[in-house]
Amino acid sequence: MTFQLNPSQVARIKAAVFIACLIPLALLALRAWRDQLGANPIEYITRSTGWWTLTFLMITLAVTPARKLLSMPWLLRLRRMLGLFAFFYASLHFTTYIWLDQFFDLHDIVKDVMKRPFITVGFTAFLLLIPLAATSTNAMVKRLGARRWQWLHRAVYAIGTLGVIHFLWLVKKDIREPLAFGLVLAVLLGVRLVFRWRGHARTSSATARVAPRAG
Amino acid sequence: MLIRRPSDVLPSEITPRELFENRRAFLCDTGLVVAAAAMAGLGVRQAHAQGKVFSAAKKSPYSIGETPTPFKDVTTYNNFYEFGTGKDDPADRAGTLKPRPWTLSVEGECAKPKRWDLDELMKLAAVEERIYRLRCVEGWSMVIPWNGFPLAELLKRAEPTSKAKYVEFVTLSDDKQMPGIRLPVLDWPYVEGLRMDEAMHPLALLTFGLYGDLLPNQNGAPVRIVVPWKYGFKSAKSIVRVRFTETEPKTAWNKAIPNEYGFYSNVNPQVDHPRWSQAKERRIGEFGKRATLMFNGYGDQVASLYAGMDLKKYY
Repeated sequence: MTFQLNPSQVARIKAAVFIACLIPLALLALRAWRDQLGANPIEYITRSTGWWTLTFLMITLAVTPARKLLSMPWLLRLRRMLGLFAFFYASLHFTTYIWLDQFFDLHDIVKDVMKRPFITVGFTAFLLLIPLAATSTNAMVKRLGARRWQWLHRAVYAIGTLGVIHFLWLVKKDIREPLAFGLVLAVLLGVRLVFRWRGHARTSSATARVAPRAG
Repeated sequence: MLIRRPSDVLPSEITPRELFENRRAFLCDTGLVVAAAAMAGLGVRQAHAQGKVFSAAKKSPYSIGETPTPFKDVTTYNNFYEFGTGKDDPADRAGTLKPRPWTLSVEGECAKPKRWDLDELMKLAAVEERIYRLRCVEGWSMVIPWNGFPLAELLKRAEPTSKAKYVEFVTLSDDKQMPGIRLPVLDWPYVEGLRMDEAMHPLALLTFGLYGDLLPNQNGAPVRIVVPWKYGFKSAKSIVRVRFTETEPKTAWNKAIPNEYGFYSNVNPQVDHPRWSQAKERRIGEFGKRATLMFNGYGDQVASLYAGMDLKKYY
């Protein structure tokens, strides 16, 4: 059974989700205001915005499987917004790094990006997010054509993977959290493979049924 | 009209019969508890009246002139994986550590091994105040007023033999007191080590306190090592054993990731960690980064220990 909603219901849900997506930022701002960011506030902000970037990437990647498995097609209407929030938190994360952490020391930033694998990987993931954010409008979908647009936006699989590697390579020894993200990512990508495989199986069996038998 | 009113007494509020009949014994027990609590409170107040434990500690010429990091930051931002890998885990969870009674056993290649009781150990030499820089391998630093005396005072009393080339430090490993060691993040117990001449260097401090008081649990109570010219993880916390060895001790971080954490681990801005730069550091409480100093600024005192050594090879 498909769980349908009318457009005004979807609009209301969208507004609620929009506000919910701002809560992590609001809490961070509140902590900063109350001087509760701990002994190393810049590290805290970097960690927090990075964690939320990964979380929003995972939520965005969960939309398609959830929509299919729960038969809730309207979930698709939230995907663009969630993806843009992933980009939003990634931008905050990146800004924290170049502004608060490095204080625009271009020499050091370039050296970091070139020499430190975890920064190289994180920086690449951020760069890859930019064209996706830029082509997120309806007009851009039309201009590119659905097929090419979809092909471009599959880059999000690579971005998610690079994001998890970025986290994995920066921790010293306790890799539980990056592994948890890795596991979630593996499930979300694995589900897609299953869908694809079953889709193929269905199409090919349908073809087999329709195709005339060679006598 | 009959209005049904709820009973004034909830069933949950009714005293069980056994308890009611034993109310005198109950009152007596409670009285004892209250009295005990009052005594304990008195004890705490007396300790406060006497002031800080090391308030008479003499200032050391080895102290640096930089402003100490606030006490709150020193005691809430810690790496002490025995209590969890988060920076605030030790402050949140180290309450389970029992720093007394405590024994530190000195053993291995020496003529006079000994199990020291903590109180006896603390009277071994005059406790000084030493304001040292602390540089973490992660790229942050602090300035901490420690209280302790040179590690050499303890080591020389054991009369190490000619076979004693290194000193190994072993941290307590008790999962009842240290919840973090239930996870195999490192190979417990935590082991650190120094070469004999490093351990005998006057800067190497056997430490019992900070900011004039006994070490808070999260900072390695009741006794730890402080080696200011090396990355923080070389300074083992809550130690129970000091052992003289002929061979280089197998240290915890070196065993965990050998290509990232060497045995020497001297602070060195020219030798990067494979995954991040060591050229700069963020002093806790400051906004911008500052340049990291060779041997954490203690080069004048310790550089000679490493004369002729390739510090890129012996990182």
